[in-house]
Amino acid sequence: MGGTWQWLTDPANWHGPDGIPTRLVQHLVISGLALALACIVALPLGIWLGHRGRGGFLAINVGNAGRAIPTFGVLIIFASWKPVGVGDLAAILALALFAIPPILTNTYVGLREVDADIKDAARGMGMTGAQQLRRVELPLARPLLFAGLATSTVQTVATATLAALVAGGGLGRYIVDGFALQDYSMLYGGTVLVAALCIALERGLRALQRRLDPTARGVHVHLMPGAVEATEVGHVTTR
Amino acid sequence: MTFVSGALGQAGPGGSALTSILPGLTADGPPNPWFSWTYVVNHLDELALAGKEHVILTVVSVLAAVAIAFPLALMARRWRRLQGPLLSFTGALYTIPALALIAALWPVFGLSLKTVAVALTMYALLIVLRNLIEGLDGVDNDVRDAARGMGYGSTRMLFRVELPLALPTVMAGIRVATVSTIGLVTIGSIVGHGGFGDLILGGFRSNFYHAEIMTGVVACVVLAVTAELILVGLQRLLTPWTWRGARR
Repeated sequence: MGGTWQWLTDPANWHGPDGIPTRLVQHLVISGLALALACIVALPLGIWLGHRGRGGFLAINVGNAGRAIPTFGVLIIFASWKPVGVGDLAAILALALFAIPPILTNTYVGLREVDADIKDAARGMGMTGAQQLRRVELPLARPLLFAGLATSTVQTVATATLAALVAGGGLGRYIVDGFALQDYSMLYGGTVLVAALCIALERGLRALQRRLDPTARGVHVHLMPGAVEATEVGHVTTR
Repeated sequence: MTFVSGALGQAGPGGSALTSILPGLTADGPPNPWFSWTYVVNHLDELALAGKEHVILTVVSVLAAVAIAFPLALMARRWRRLQGPLLSFTGALYTIPALALIAALWPVFGLSLKTVAVALTMYALLIVLRNLIEGLDGVDNDVRDAARGMGYGSTRMLFRVELPLALPTVMAGIRVATVSTIGLVTIGSIVGHGGFGDLILGGFRSNFYHAEIMTGVVACVVLAVTAELILVGLQRLLTPWTWRGARR
């Protein structure tokens, strides 16, 4: 315990290429790029499927399928595949794949759950499909959209720790190196840092979620049958 | 130096991107296909051992989580004020990355199954506990009144009325916990007990042995799907009223 505290407060650990700030930035860059990739795929697809009201089976079950596939396995597959190789890229690709389901499912459900009467009214006012989407459906779907993003964010930042296993950067390095060198202070220091980052992020996003939408309880609202189960992935941010 | 030092510094087999995807088309280096039935057949013993460890770790972790969550859920119901702190504590445990938790428990329990099982129990705990609380909360008060009117005491009501009604929600939690746990077991390979994960990490360390890695991943997915099907079947057996009527 004392060793961990000493490691965390040692000024030598707070600068340089192995320093905590550098590792933190690496961790956030890996997570950020993975999330951006996931958004590029999941948001348009979710919006399109939700707006059209089709492909619900895909949008909802992709999360269940994702859970059955081990993230660790996909990470190792990317790292062992020559075009990608070991390093941060393998982690970014693996993390992006697993960040897609929560965003896709929540976006789809959010758009799908917009009241049909409201959509009728919008159409009655002469809105085109695109206007309807932008001015009615998307604003109403916002709480769920945000909930999906929040879930993916927490999950991605937590899982980015694995990047170190394939010679990537990030805070996971302290855990992996501490383990390999049997340096308990570094190992526990890294664990404390990762845990603190993830818990703070989760709390922060949840607070933000409540502020954006005081009435919603998050993704765990009971919407359609099937959606409840699918969005259970989102429980990290629900309470 | 690190976990990967064995794998690093050695070029992976297989030449170009094409040869890595398509087995057999080796321009240079020995073939290194992702899918190899020969590998599976030649390593059946190893696969069986890994599978056994994977199943044991999953079953023990999920059962332990249920055993811990059950009294906690009853406490949360009895003392409402406990519910928030309990869920946020288990939620915080859930947020800690598996790698961090397993590595942190390693100095305590060593390179043993216990290290992995304890970490995985902590993960399953939140999912099971949340669904237990939610399932018990979801029981209609009129049903409770009716049971009380029929002379049910609180213990008999819990086991004969409330738990059966909460079962679909509880089972949904157990299913999610089981499938997630099966995936997370693989990370246990860092302490040498990751079930099929040992094949994944083993293949990675043996100069990117694709067949070993892919076999581990596929076996893991097959196990997860099998577990899901078994649990869905079990749920149907336990709660016949939830589906028999619906089918007619």
